[in-house]
Amino acid sequence: MSSIPIKKDAGEIGKANKRKYLLEKVSGRVFLFCALLSVVSLLLIIGFVFYKGSHPFIAEGYSFIDFLLGSDWVPSEDKFGILPMIVASIYATIGALIIGVPIGLFTAIFLAEIAPRSVAKIISPAVQLLAGIPSVLYGVFGLAIIVPFLQNNLGLIKGQSLIAVIIVLAIMMLPTVVTVAETAIRAVPKTYREGSLALGVSPIGTIFKVVVPAAKSGIMTAIVLGMGRAIGETMAVILVAGNSLIIPTSLTDSIRPLTTNIALEMGYAFGTHQEMLFATGIVLFSFILILNFVLARISSKGGN
Amino acid sequence: MRKLKDNILLGLLWFAAFLTVAVLVMIVGYIFYKGIGLISFDFIFGDYSPSGGGGILPMIVTTIYTIAISLLIATPIGILAAVYLQEYAKQGRLVNTIRFATESLTGIPSIIYGLFGAVFFVTTLKLGMSIIAASLTLTIIVLPVIIRTTEESLKTVPRTYREGSLALGTTKLQTLYKVILPSAMPGILSGLILSMGRIIGESAAIFLTAGTVAAMPASIFSSARTLTVHSYLVTQEAGDIELAAAVGIVLIVLILILNLTATFISKKLNKANY
Amino acid sequence: MNTIVIDRKTVTDKSVNTTEQQKKIAVKDLNLFYGEKQALFDVSIDIKEKEVTALIGPSGCGKSTFLRTLNRMNDLIDGVKINGKMVIDGEDIYQTNDVIKLRTKVGMVFQKPNLFPMSIYDNVAYGPRMQGIKNKAELNKIVEESLRGAAIWDEVKDRLKSSALGLSGGQQQRVCIARAIAMKPEVILMDEPTSALDPISTLKVEELIASMKKEYTIVIVTHNMQQAARVSDKTAFFLNGEIIEFDETNKIFSMPSDQRTEDYVTGRFG
Repeated sequence: MSSIPIKKDAGEIGKANKRKYLLEKVSGRVFLFCALLSVVSLLLIIGFVFYKGSHPFIAEGYSFIDFLLGSDWVPSEDKFGILPMIVASIYATIGALIIGVPIGLFTAIFLAEIAPRSVAKIISPAVQLLAGIPSVLYGVFGLAIIVPFLQNNLGLIKGQSLIAVIIVLAIMMLPTVVTVAETAIRAVPKTYREGSLALGVSPIGTIFKVVVPAAKSGIMTAIVLGMGRAIGETMAVILVAGNSLIIPTSLTDSIRPLTTNIALEMGYAFGTHQEMLFATGIVLFSFILILNFVLARISSKGGN
Repeated sequence: MRKLKDNILLGLLWFAAFLTVAVLVMIVGYIFYKGIGLISFDFIFGDYSPSGGGGILPMIVTTIYTIAISLLIATPIGILAAVYLQEYAKQGRLVNTIRFATESLTGIPSIIYGLFGAVFFVTTLKLGMSIIAASLTLTIIVLPVIIRTTEESLKTVPRTYREGSLALGTTKLQTLYKVILPSAMPGILSGLILSMGRIIGESAAIFLTAGTVAAMPASIFSSARTLTVHSYLVTQEAGDIELAAAVGIVLIVLILILNLTATFISKKLNKANY
Repeated sequence: MNTIVIDRKTVTDKSVNTTEQQKKIAVKDLNLFYGEKQALFDVSIDIKEKEVTALIGPSGCGKSTFLRTLNRMNDLIDGVKINGKMVIDGEDIYQTNDVIKLRTKVGMVFQKPNLFPMSIYDNVAYGPRMQGIKNKAELNKIVEESLRGAAIWDEVKDRLKSSALGLSGGQQQRVCIARAIAMKPEVILMDEPTSALDPISTLKVEELIASMKKEYTIVIVTHNMQQAARVSDKTAFFLNGEIIEFDETNKIFSMPSDQRTEDYVTGRFG
């Protein structure tokens, strides 16, 4: 057929390879399909939660403004206002951040920069391990130790309160904040430190003026992750929040954040009541999106 | 003056670290102190008794079921999705969309997953409050974890392996399962173990999808409670801190074992990896 | 599908036959772009069968890029565009689209030894196995022949089942060559194969290349001019993505016709 000698028989190999190319094509499609499943899941979640949650406002004539700003939540009387829960969630999250972030950050700096290697080698993995233990256990600890402590020392009728929630959430976010921030600080190149030290800046000054700013984006991630844990936490919070439906005016008030409202009532809710719980979910969801966005903005501004 | 400031800051660093360690030691210490009295062979391997004094075997079995089912589904999907993103996809809009979706899934709080699972798997798919409904919900929760850890370990496989294999006239698929996946295996396994930890620790999503029945599950279509949910419920309903702490000990030990296994596997396999 | 390929081949065959019988690879006006950036400009070169052709030039001149067009390794990079003719054994390799077949025929050895984390045996048997050869005896034969062909058999015959990554760099590179030989290729591409090796290992690999010439057409990229002079029959000098001069190696190094070639081989730049 051809005057040039062909060592490998074109026909035969072509056939074998044809199967390979087909397999190649099929497997590529299968992989793509698997990758698309996460998109599908996200769409399904958003779709279902938003569909269910928006139904009362679209089809049943409820006002979304009243839902957001109403201060009464009495499903049996058809009253659905979630302002107390929104306020509770915001206070609890901000409070936890105020306590948890500085302590976590300072601990991370200590482990990465100050602690002797042998000490850090024990503490870091231990803290990492604690990030993995079920958050419910933090709630159990909170109910058993923190709540009675507050009750006795602050003379409260009920120790379950905003401050109890804040303390539990702050403790809970510590391992996450410490682990992520420590990794970020360790990743700062040695030359940065050496450069600063060579200019006569003290070791502590170097840490705060050079190393920490250089690790800023990683530290920001640590804060975002810690915050995500705090605002999304449900079961541990139920145990220490007290779950009263009032707008908290003091740290000792009993509160009911958005997440716990859903978990507490989902079991028996139906009809509009259930849909309102989904609407609560939408608000929680939007909250997290907004907070992430704001924090991203802050961190990018700080960079300029 | 500057020296004083430095010393104050240094003091604060020590104090913060001390506080963190103290609080965390206190929590674990308290759980062990409170719960250790209940730990016995019968407690772990005995059937539950509503009147008290029984064991937690049904919760252990339920926990194992949820881990097994969700990983059975999420592992192949997660690994293949990561393979697509890392080895097959051309950078562009599609890949960005998939990555965005995966990242967004990571940020969703578990109570929202619970809501979704309750309406989609429990109601729409008519699975009812059951182990299978909870496991499917958990599948979506751990999917992004598996995708991300697999992607990270695929990134560590040298490009020269891929080139070396392809230059021998092999297909991408052959290169993948003969060279790339074996090299990435330690990282992938560690990711799977992390996911197990995530499933064990999960409460809100399972609470809304598996229900709270405290009995040995007859099948994966039964409602049941996992260890974590059990620990929550005995605290919330009965105020039984001792029992909650005992379950807590089992959970902490499980997590510890998983973490040690993950470390061991990645070290061992890295060495065995020639 | 097959018939189309064969048809196209018979057409191109004729055009090649009319020019020169011994020609293994014929490249005509090849241009290559990385996105908007052009990396190769109108490269034309004829490579003869069972000769060693060296590609030299300063780094970034396109010699490695060109080498990687010969077995279509550049396909792995996003955004690479190629036009022009690249004919091997009468087939335009960018027309037939059977890269598996192409790469079994055109083997490659890389800059750094890139053995897989497997045993020596499994590394060499990897390619044949992927082609569907399962027979143990046949594989044993291929592995032994290939390792002998790469002059490494005596050094590794007692440790075939142990990790390939436990070998020295020079040994690893020769096993890489054995791995390429195991596919029974006709052409072997080498991309600076000794750049990561010590002088003694380099010498061994060079001797090996010289002996392999009897069986294979070899194209080697090197930044080491002594090496090009030692091992090659023909040398092409690349500069800024173009072939400045292509001739007998002796001529390139003793009396190049282009001033730029002379400047380079005498070490005035590069």
